[in-house]
Amino acid sequence: MIKNILNLGDAALYCDFGDEVNKEINSNVIKYFKNLQKNKIPGITNITPSYNKLIISFDLTEINYEKLKEKVLGIKLENIDQEIKKIIKVPICVDDEFSFDLIRLSEKLNLSFEKILESFFNKKYFCYMTGFIAGMPFLGDLDQAIRLKRLETPRVKVPKGSLGITEQFCNIYTYESPGGWNIIGNTPIKVFDKFSQINPTKINPGDNVMFYKINKSEYLNWND
Amino acid sequence: MTKAYFELLRSGINTTLQDEGRPHQYHIGVSFSGAMDKRNYLISNYLVGNKSHAPSLEFAYQGPLLKLKFGKVSAAIAGNVTFNIIRNNSTIEEGVCYQTFNLNPDDQIDIISTSKSIYGYFSVQKGLIGDYFWGSCSVNTKAKIGSNEGEKFSINQKIYLNQSENEFIPKKINYLNSKIEFIRVLKGTNFNYFSDMAHETFFSSEFTVSKLTDRMGMRLEGPKIENIVDTNIRSEGLIKGVVQVPADGNPIIMLSDHGTIGGYPKIGVVISADYDKLVQLTPGTKIKFKSIELSEAETLFKIYNLETQNILNQI
Repeated sequence: MIKNILNLGDAALYCDFGDEVNKEINSNVIKYFKNLQKNKIPGITNITPSYNKLIISFDLTEINYEKLKEKVLGIKLENIDQEIKKIIKVPICVDDEFSFDLIRLSEKLNLSFEKILESFFNKKYFCYMTGFIAGMPFLGDLDQAIRLKRLETPRVKVPKGSLGITEQFCNIYTYESPGGWNIIGNTPIKVFDKFSQINPTKINPGDNVMFYKINKSEYLNWND
Repeated sequence: MTKAYFELLRSGINTTLQDEGRPHQYHIGVSFSGAMDKRNYLISNYLVGNKSHAPSLEFAYQGPLLKLKFGKVSAAIAGNVTFNIIRNNSTIEEGVCYQTFNLNPDDQIDIISTSKSIYGYFSVQKGLIGDYFWGSCSVNTKAKIGSNEGEKFSINQKIYLNQSENEFIPKKINYLNSKIEFIRVLKGTNFNYFSDMAHETFFSSEFTVSKLTDRMGMRLEGPKIENIVDTNIRSEGLIKGVVQVPADGNPIIMLSDHGTIGGYPKIGVVISADYDKLVQLTPGTKIKFKSIELSEAETLFKIYNLETQNILNQI
């Protein structure tokens, strides 16, 4: 399942699951991640899953690269999370005020606003990873027709709740942050809640997500 | 009894509450944070009898002016720090790092500045009181996570402390913060994204620590590092000490508050033994990188960790 393990510095394992970005490889990453969380190997301080990599950092006073590598390769993989996952539904308002990059997308992709949004809302997305900023989910895959690169010059401030798309992915800015994704809407829901210490993230790796449209007044009166 | 607290008569440039950091949250996008220079953080805590993980003040460059209200406490400062203790009868005592001092109600500590370094630590017996998020009160101002709503302290705020009944125990150690000549690194996982000439440049040229350096990262200026494969990689996890090279060819070293995921190629990773000293390098400092092997890095960390333990055991 792991194609190759290297050291990342002297205090982390760099596990490579393959070159592609697809659900199968990412599911393997997440499976390993969940099993490692469950196994609680002493010395591990963080496990970071991404599309096709898993980075395991550790406390060098407790364990070292070779010893941990052996333990990681030795764990028995179980199917964790067997229950059928419900789809997380996320409301999005695409009012002009929130969808600053629809014009750019429309021009570059040569598609009408309606077509872009129809394509976007008509799909179930898979959460590959969470991070960069706290709770930000990286979801995929967008329909081929609406894939576009990042902005040439990233915005200094992207508002909290913004829904961004780039290439095959979409994400949600969990708080105001710099960013270069094409913004097409905004959600009133709390995707990250630091006061919830057990389940701070609404969307986690392996989850399925669908977006649905709400109007401005529903957005403004949203009660999470 | 009224609770004892410090009133901030001046906040300082970047004064935050820090402890040993926040493990096990990278997968939700929350970085490790914690005291940048862990050795000095530990020394200041051991001096006042705290064994570990006690919330302390970390300050950068100019520190805070603190006035103690309604309590007595023993305190210590670690780092290269110039400070005065202004007693409640207005006498001024010159502060000495690495030794405890006793504070009485209305005494003030004026932490003037760090010298030839960035960070210093102020610890009190039994620790300062902070709000805990995932087991740590370390503040990450970029993510707004940690004590004080994830913000640095500002003027007129109050920082409460656990009132201690213990007697003042005078303690001191002799410690000198040494500078490093080279930042030692292990080759990064994208080392082959860079040309042979870029490797040569990376390991033989001088780089200057730029002003764009904070708890998140250290940007360097110098000769450009040429990428011959791709200036982006698939976004993947990061750890502190990673040296990324974005399209502009200027290396950035990830520090304790770094984003958990990044998409720039990694040319190297700073070894654990050099991290405490790396973070103390001030903008304008010229540095050079030196390539070493994993086994050597592990040995150097063992030595560094033993040194730290020996210092703490002397207290």
